[in-house]
Amino acid sequence: MSAPVASPATVTAPDAARPLLSVRDLRKHFAIRGGILSRVVDKVHAVDGVSFDIKAGETLGVVGESGCGKSTTGRCILRLIEPSSGEVWFQGADVMKMDHNALQAMRRDMQIIFQDPYASLNPRLTIGAIIGEALIIHKLVKSRQAMEDRVVQLLETVGLRPDHMRRFPHEFSGGQRQRIGIARALAVEPKLLICDEPVSALDVSIQAQVINLLEDLQEEFGLTYLFIAHDLSVVEHISTRIAVMYLGRVVEIAPAAELYDTPIHPYSEALLSAVPIPDPTIKRKRIMLEGDVPNPIRPPSGCHFHTRCPIARPDCSQRSPVLEEKRPGHWAACHYRD
Amino acid sequence: MAEPLLDIRGLKTWFKTDDGMVRAVDGVDLHIDRGETLGVVGESGCGKTVTARSVLKLIDMPPGRFEAGQILWQGRDLIPLTMDEMDKIRAKEIAIIFQEPMTSLNPVYTVGDQIAEVIALHQKLSRKQAIAGAAEMLRLVEIPNPERRVHDYPHQFSGGMRQRVMIAMALSCQPKLLIADEPTTALDVTIQAQILELMQEMKERFGMAIMLITHAMGVVAETCQRVTVMYAGNVVEEASVGALFGDPRHPYTQGLIRSIPRVDRSAEKKQRLEAIAGTVPNLLDPPPGCRFAARCKFAMDICTQGLPPLKEVGPGHYVRCVL
Repeated sequence: MSAPVASPATVTAPDAARPLLSVRDLRKHFAIRGGILSRVVDKVHAVDGVSFDIKAGETLGVVGESGCGKSTTGRCILRLIEPSSGEVWFQGADVMKMDHNALQAMRRDMQIIFQDPYASLNPRLTIGAIIGEALIIHKLVKSRQAMEDRVVQLLETVGLRPDHMRRFPHEFSGGQRQRIGIARALAVEPKLLICDEPVSALDVSIQAQVINLLEDLQEEFGLTYLFIAHDLSVVEHISTRIAVMYLGRVVEIAPAAELYDTPIHPYSEALLSAVPIPDPTIKRKRIMLEGDVPNPIRPPSGCHFHTRCPIARPDCSQRSPVLEEKRPGHWAACHYRD
Repeated sequence: MAEPLLDIRGLKTWFKTDDGMVRAVDGVDLHIDRGETLGVVGESGCGKTVTARSVLKLIDMPPGRFEAGQILWQGRDLIPLTMDEMDKIRAKEIAIIFQEPMTSLNPVYTVGDQIAEVIALHQKLSRKQAIAGAAEMLRLVEIPNPERRVHDYPHQFSGGMRQRVMIAMALSCQPKLLIADEPTTALDVTIQAQILELMQEMKERFGMAIMLITHAMGVVAETCQRVTVMYAGNVVEEASVGALFGDPRHPYTQGLIRSIPRVDRSAEKKQRLEAIAGTVPNLLDPPPGCRFAARCKFAMDICTQGLPPLKEVGPGHYVRCVL
């Protein structure tokens, strides 16, 4: 019941030099088992044909509501979750064809940080051991002293103190833990950092600290980010380009400012208008979406958004729109918007 | 001036723990007038939720205890009341909704039974009438097919729909005050917009007041008339929404507003966010003086010597800062 989506050729920007990361028609279907024999009774179409490129040095933001497949997409790229089908190309290499050793080597260049920095730090290890582990696995240090020196350097890079390396994760606040997660990811000098909701669990004043840190690190080390978040304000702030996802599909990709100023897809438009603005003098017209996001086990036919779309026409439930370049560098999947 | 609906004076709610006394709420003053929406904002651990729960006495005692202060509900102090006396106020006069509706709904009863139970608490009705009343409440909060949905269980509703059920339950006795504790924090942004609009409609329909507890400044700007900003157990600023966003006076409020990325400002591009350095103080042993001093750009010697009083800097605009 998967619908046709854009073929790889149609989504490659013509002017792009070889991108750092290319994702083509990525799909992940989770099996739902039921009955006494645990047979597969249904499938959740978590990621349903996602394609995009990321150029070296840019930040691609991925936004969408719960269950749109943004986190699964991030994990499939690293093969932390095995995709059902599709292609992932990283620095010209085919990630899907890599064996265990090649994958391990590739992950030196592609790291991830998570939403909940407590759940992703081993509570029994000191911060020094957590950060040093990556250095040992990838054989980046020759002696214990070299490891400690490198850990101290990394802690200072992310704004922590050298003596923090002797402490355990529970001794740190949420913001500090996220800094530790970032230090661990940076230890192996990656080129691409997948940030999966890195500031969602943090208070706004701490959130700003971590966002600023990520921006500084990008500048200092020439990092490329895939920045996954549900908070549109944060994504707009940090991203070069933004992909909007709905029910497993990308519905729009555009440069950040352009997406916010002139969104094309009705879903992007509604999503943006729903963000509360912290300024009581601004009164905007809000586009209210009716109802909830449909169940991803049985997504609506045709355009997944047609059940909530204010401009839907009868054939939207028949034909799946493909991502088309409606304006230079601005792609959207909608039959009736240009 | 008319007597406020709710007037909290010098409230201190402390918790006894193995490590010592946690001063979660440490001298809070705030009031809510009839029919207004007051936003209570602040970050994790600032005491906003404990303040809200103190009003309904939903604090476990021990470990919690009221150390000082008054909670005047239409002039009557709630703190000395017995649990039986509080039961006459809860739901009927002051209702509360929480961030995660699933944990406040009973999973083994239908939503109709749960709403009917609240309705039957305060009116003498047959079960059939009470269930019909529950369906009517579900219709009011715009749940499709209310006659059928009253017989469903909480897990059969989505997050946004569960919050609608909670609102239906809270409003079923037509309270004068609705305390909404982070009602939209767990929801997606398009669903948040629906719930905020629903709360606004219900407020106009029933003429109740709302105490909206949130960390989201955007939500405050769009829904409240007045705001109380809390930091580390204290009120640091109180103002009308216009004054608070137009002319924030406390360095913490200023920092809070400036640290938020703004969707609507993409054109004038990319200013760096103004982060507030450091982290919140430990409430086991709060620093003497202003609790924000350690993180404040303008801190002076005097700031660490004594807690500055709330002083009026404009009509209805109060700030706890020596500047």
